[in-house]
Amino acid sequence: MEPVLEVNSLTMDFGGLRAIDQLNLRVMPSEIVALIGPNGAGKTTFFNCITGIYTPSAGDIFLSVNGRRERLNGLKPNRVTQKGIARTFQNIRLFQNMTVLENVMIGRHCRTSSGILGAIFRDRRTRLEEEKVVSDSYKILEKIGLDRFVNELAMNLPYGAQRRLEIARALATEPFLLLLDEPAAGMNQKETQELDELIVNIRDTENISILLIEHDMKLVMRISDRIYVVDYGKKIARGNPLEIQRNPAVIKAYLGEDPDA
Amino acid sequence: MDWEYFLELLLGGLTRGSIYALIALGYTMVYGIIELINFAHGEIYMIGAFTALIVASVLNYAGMNHVAVAILAMVAAIIYSCAYGFAIEKIAYKPLRNAPRLSALISAIGMSLFLQNYVLLAQTPDFLPFPSLIPDFDFWEPYAHIISSQEIAILATTVSVMILLTVMIKFTIIGKAMRATAQDRIMAALVGVDINRVISVTFVVGSATAAIGGVLIASHVGQINFYIGFIAGIKAFVAAVLGGIGSIPGAVLGSLVLGWTESFFTGYISSDYEDVFAFLFLVLILIFRPSGILGRSETQKV
Amino acid sequence: MNVRGELKKSFQISAWFMFLTFPILVIRVNTVENVIEWRWYNMAIVGVSTFLGSALWRYLLSVKEKSQRINAASPGNMTSFQKAFSDKRFFYPALFILIGFVISFPFLFSMYQANIMITALIYVMLGLGLNIVVGLAGLLDLGYVAFYAVGAYSYGLLNFHFGLGFWTTLPIAAILAALAGILLGYPVLRLRGDYLAIVTLGFGEIIRLVLENWGEFSHGPSGIANIPRPSLLGIDMTLTQNTIFTYFVMIGLVLFTIFVVNRLQNSRIGRAWIALREDEIACQAMGIDRTRTKLTAFALGATWAGMGGVVFAAKTTFINPASFTIWESVIILCIVVLGGMGSILGVISGALVLTLLPEYLRAFSEYRMLIFGIMLVSMMVFRPEGIIRNVRRTYTFSKE
Repeated sequence: MEPVLEVNSLTMDFGGLRAIDQLNLRVMPSEIVALIGPNGAGKTTFFNCITGIYTPSAGDIFLSVNGRRERLNGLKPNRVTQKGIARTFQNIRLFQNMTVLENVMIGRHCRTSSGILGAIFRDRRTRLEEEKVVSDSYKILEKIGLDRFVNELAMNLPYGAQRRLEIARALATEPFLLLLDEPAAGMNQKETQELDELIVNIRDTENISILLIEHDMKLVMRISDRIYVVDYGKKIARGNPLEIQRNPAVIKAYLGEDPDA
Repeated sequence: MDWEYFLELLLGGLTRGSIYALIALGYTMVYGIIELINFAHGEIYMIGAFTALIVASVLNYAGMNHVAVAILAMVAAIIYSCAYGFAIEKIAYKPLRNAPRLSALISAIGMSLFLQNYVLLAQTPDFLPFPSLIPDFDFWEPYAHIISSQEIAILATTVSVMILLTVMIKFTIIGKAMRATAQDRIMAALVGVDINRVISVTFVVGSATAAIGGVLIASHVGQINFYIGFIAGIKAFVAAVLGGIGSIPGAVLGSLVLGWTESFFTGYISSDYEDVFAFLFLVLILIFRPSGILGRSETQKV
Repeated sequence: MNVRGELKKSFQISAWFMFLTFPILVIRVNTVENVIEWRWYNMAIVGVSTFLGSALWRYLLSVKEKSQRINAASPGNMTSFQKAFSDKRFFYPALFILIGFVISFPFLFSMYQANIMITALIYVMLGLGLNIVVGLAGLLDLGYVAFYAVGAYSYGLLNFHFGLGFWTTLPIAAILAALAGILLGYPVLRLRGDYLAIVTLGFGEIIRLVLENWGEFSHGPSGIANIPRPSLLGIDMTLTQNTIFTYFVMIGLVLFTIFVVNRLQNSRIGRAWIALREDEIACQAMGIDRTRTKLTAFALGATWAGMGGVVFAAKTTFINPASFTIWESVIILCIVVLGGMGSILGVISGALVLTLLPEYLRAFSEYRMLIFGIMLVSMMVFRPEGIIRNVRRTYTFSKE
């Protein structure tokens, strides 16, 4: 089977600093892959390269969906989303002054088409499209468990709900691959548990592959099929959760030279 | 080619550029620290010039010695510009430090509008003649058609101000605090830098250089009105952006480049579009090289 | 509350301002007659007003801090004004009275009043147009007046050279302004917010200076005179009749603007603008094309300025570059900021307040720009959302 995402020897330099060094990574269809590593290892930079916020210095990024393989290097972020990769942000970036429903409706933007004239004249097609956007968005909120907040402003949501709304908004773009940047950051144990179920549920019901960056190792070990470990922009290990837990290089990277310290 | 004319334009551009530099420093320093285009900065320069005019006139009528008048007028201009700079920051920018950038910018525009009309209403909408504070030295007479003693004074003052400023930023404690704050405000605060004080000092220092520039140019041109700050401010801002906003050497370099370009353009081509030219320059730099000549290109943090 | 401490603070601030304003407010040099005028009463005024003003300032800041903690921004919390507005028992009679007033206005009042109202309505239209750019899309455009000039000069020049009439030029000017918006917008829209403000300011000034200096094209500083007023099926009208007609043309145009802007705001495009204002990066990550969305905002905002320019030229029958300075852009910005960015009702009230008040309070008109400046600062400090907060649309769903 062809991988959904295939990254070949990706390198990203900032001036003299090499943030990512020859990184290879694959995500198979319906797979949950975790990207872990110490702070500053280049994980978020990696996401930014895939989603077109940064243009990588070298290497290739391929997305394969429905048997078509496309190179993503150099595409603008909105084109990448259109091709089928959606993401969330480490430091929540919701549209704070819009309602929860509107946040999700924005996600539908790239899958709808009505324009200026449609907006002004509100013809039948535009009306139908708009109604569908509203009902689709509401369905996503129901699925994510945020439907009781529909008309709240995003800024007034509790923290955990804001993180979930980011996921809902990303799902609205109908991705094949979902990139989650520390989805559990700042959540309590109960919220993390719920998130855990949500991520697995998204994978199982929507057939979406998931690549996540996460520091909560319990979460990572519970849900990931495979784990990549990076440090200083380089891949230091790869494998299933059990292999990673036993890998000496990983233990060293996380605990330093002396495991007793 | 007429070399004397060329020399005249070259030196004229240099003088022009030095004045822009004195104003541009304030823009660039404030931007470096709080990432705000201080729209009211041009007005500080204008207020400096007005204060000097008022003080000089009062002292002249009192019959004071010419040199004393010049010095006192300059000192008063600096004190008052600093006071205004300080007050503006406290009123219009400090409450907005955590607000969206657009809010602070709109507040700055409001401040600029207020100060212009404040001077217009309190003083006069007309041009006022500005006394020549720097005398024409007799011994310089033979060369005065190429560069006047006024212009020499401007150049000398600018160079001294630049040296003083560099020393201050490189070697004093407050200078170090300023550099630290410009790098990372939160980190600087964590290691014990008093951010409010650093910001205030930045505004005060920027205002002082603007006041010096204001007095020098007013004395050189010979007239002022409430509106001089706006155009001068815009041009100095162009210079700061051209050099790379946030960078002090950049501001000086940008100012000189703008001064010369304007001088040669008006000297050889046409003076009709002198102001268009500065704006056009601004638009082109921002489009093609927004980080300026010496600025570092910034990568957006996500 | 610590009264002594507050008094002391107020005293200090008052003393500080008396010092600050001393040379400029107290001394005036008359360079013609060589006399110095000392205006000590100004110092007294500053002392008293800043003493009271600083207390008010601190009080308002503390109120704002408290309200931020409560965070009353959810759509359920409308202001009492908005509640009254959405109450049907109140809304329909009010609307009825308003319509009656609007229709009878030019017949009840003098032509002078009608002319002022036409100007106010032009500003309503400009405010609503700029609101698309600044309020919805969050792009600070300080060169908006350039599009107003494009509209006015389109009519002036097309009429002068080809004899085109008001009604033919109106759509042409709208299209030309929109094209100018795209043309100017395209290169600059990648810039960050504050740079964008300066560049648009630069463009606005360039257009004005070109109009001033390129005499063969624009007739230079002397401008274009004898521009015909709006016509109605070729009927000859007296000046009075024509003013009344222009008034109703303007009412029609404003209603049209409100209709279109309201529909745009609640559409797929409008949502994209707001999302762009809220967070550019997240917006792109949602698949929205940043450049295209910004350009539509710029072009659709400019359209109204173009049409406003045509009416302005037709109303005054004379245009010159002096009407299109940067401060005109700033006034329109004031309207949007005062009224409430993104709120149609807010912008309309902002435009009416800011254009009518200086007209009717003559004493106030001299201080107009001064007060606008104070207003911009204090609105940003105390109530950045404007008089009337933009309330998001709510949806109801029935659980199946």
